[in-house]
Amino acid sequence: MRNFSFSRFMFWAGLTFLYLPMFILVIYSFNESRLVTVWAGWSTKWYGELFQDTQIMGAVKRSLEVAFLSATSAVFFGMLSSWAMVRIAKFRGKTLFGGMITAPLVMPDVIIGLSLLLLFVAFTQLTGWPRERGMLTIWIAHTTFGMAYATVVISSRLREMDASIEEAAMDLGAPPLKVFFAITLPLIAPAVASAWLLAFTLSLDDVVIASFVTGPGATTLPIEVLSSVRRGVSPKINVLASLIIFAVSMVTFTVWYVSRRLEKNRQKAMADDFLIE
Amino acid sequence: MKLSRLRRWSGETLVVGIPMVWLLVFFLMPFIIVAKISLAQSAVSIPPYTAMFEWADSRLAVIFDLSSYVWLTEDTLYFDAYVNSIKIAFFSTLICLMIGYPMAYAIARAPAANQPLWLLLVLLPSWTSFLIRIYAWIGLLKNNGLINNFLMWIGIIDDPIQMLHTPFAVYLGIVYAYLPFMILPLYANLVKHDQSLLEAASDLGAKAFTIFTRITLPLSKNGMVAGSMLVFIPVVGEYVIPELLGGNSTVMIGKVLWQEFFNNRDWSVAAALAAIMVAILIIPIMLFHRYEQKTLEEEAQ
Repeated sequence: MRNFSFSRFMFWAGLTFLYLPMFILVIYSFNESRLVTVWAGWSTKWYGELFQDTQIMGAVKRSLEVAFLSATSAVFFGMLSSWAMVRIAKFRGKTLFGGMITAPLVMPDVIIGLSLLLLFVAFTQLTGWPRERGMLTIWIAHTTFGMAYATVVISSRLREMDASIEEAAMDLGAPPLKVFFAITLPLIAPAVASAWLLAFTLSLDDVVIASFVTGPGATTLPIEVLSSVRRGVSPKINVLASLIIFAVSMVTFTVWYVSRRLEKNRQKAMADDFLIE
Repeated sequence: MKLSRLRRWSGETLVVGIPMVWLLVFFLMPFIIVAKISLAQSAVSIPPYTAMFEWADSRLAVIFDLSSYVWLTEDTLYFDAYVNSIKIAFFSTLICLMIGYPMAYAIARAPAANQPLWLLLVLLPSWTSFLIRIYAWIGLLKNNGLINNFLMWIGIIDDPIQMLHTPFAVYLGIVYAYLPFMILPLYANLVKHDQSLLEAASDLGAKAFTIFTRITLPLSKNGMVAGSMLVFIPVVGEYVIPELLGGNSTVMIGKVLWQEFFNNRDWSVAAALAAIMVAILIIPIMLFHRYEQKTLEEEAQ
């Protein structure tokens, strides 16, 4: 199996390519020197400096806020549209709906950003709402593309799920909302959680769309980072990057570990049941 | 009976209606407004473009001002930017496919217990910040960056090689950032292949290479199309990578649009650029959507 070993080699080479730059970035975040590429000994000095930087810390707080709110609303809309796409066989405009829910996955950011901004400007001109652009308009933009990703994640789980349990409950006279909360939601909960995390990280990461639709006083973290990076490489950005990489890895591996444990327990429980029978 | 049907009807209407209205207002309508503003002329006013409808002396005039589009044809910069963006997107998609395919294949053929972790390792970088992963390359590629310093230290070169702000850096950044998006759909496709088919071919004496080109490759067509579209379409409009890694060396349409909007404050030219970009991308987007549907139908069977 020559083929097999070649692909193995490519896999590890590819992983090295993906991780090496991030690894070097993390190491250099502990560099004493202000000059980012010259090594001057280990130090956590820049970590302290980052937490002193009120401008960056303010942007972090705003970004977390908007990511939390837009992930929550994206998951809400994502559940509705997954239900519509998977469980409702036919409705008027389903083709259009399906197109509108997949297009944001690939549509270039500059187009989404520009078009939403022009929409907000037209709205303000006609109705006076939104009065100014800022957190609200970023939330709307992030909800819109977040729900597209949430729909992909949730609908694939919903598709795997056996619809006959829901139908049985309905036949026994349970109202639809009760069926949803008692049966569907617990079963799709892991997918809902990962959809929320995905929408959260996407919102936290977006720079282009936010740059278009933001207004005075609503600088999110990526906008702050972009303007700082344009001025050149800076040790504080290295620190920030390392903290983000660290946080994402921690959350990812925790989620992975917990879900693996849950899956193992479930399989064990099923095997036990089988033995008892 | 009637009541329950009514209740069911109103429930479904809400389930479909709420996200439908949201998408119509915040996804579809913006494109109509882009089209409308691309047919205006930039003006010194708030907002900075002329109106489409004019009412004077009981005459309603609807004005389609094509000056922005005419402007785009007068300067070759724009045409070159479109062609260059498509070229860069095409070749970087190809490179992603060539690197991503064997990687996805390796994951799909790994022991089932290892697969989730391996896939996780590939996807993890894409969940950290995109901006920061591009930023990491600036420090590596600069003239006094780590790669040049290292090469000079071991004595291969005497003077630094210009790598940052070259097309090479743009390709590198794109492949680096978009590789996981190629691997995910390819893996999802490859992992579903029927192993017994490959075993049968092998038992009948087919060589590993023949099995790959005659069976695996044709079966993975949907995965390749989905992955390629997932890379190609967003890369055509990419802004951050040409801005940070390309400098003045590469002209891409996303960056030109950004500059028209933020630096020149010409909203109708920016809208015209966006409208043309959507027109170019509409076929790849429909292709992507169709293959998504196809994959779902296959799964349903």
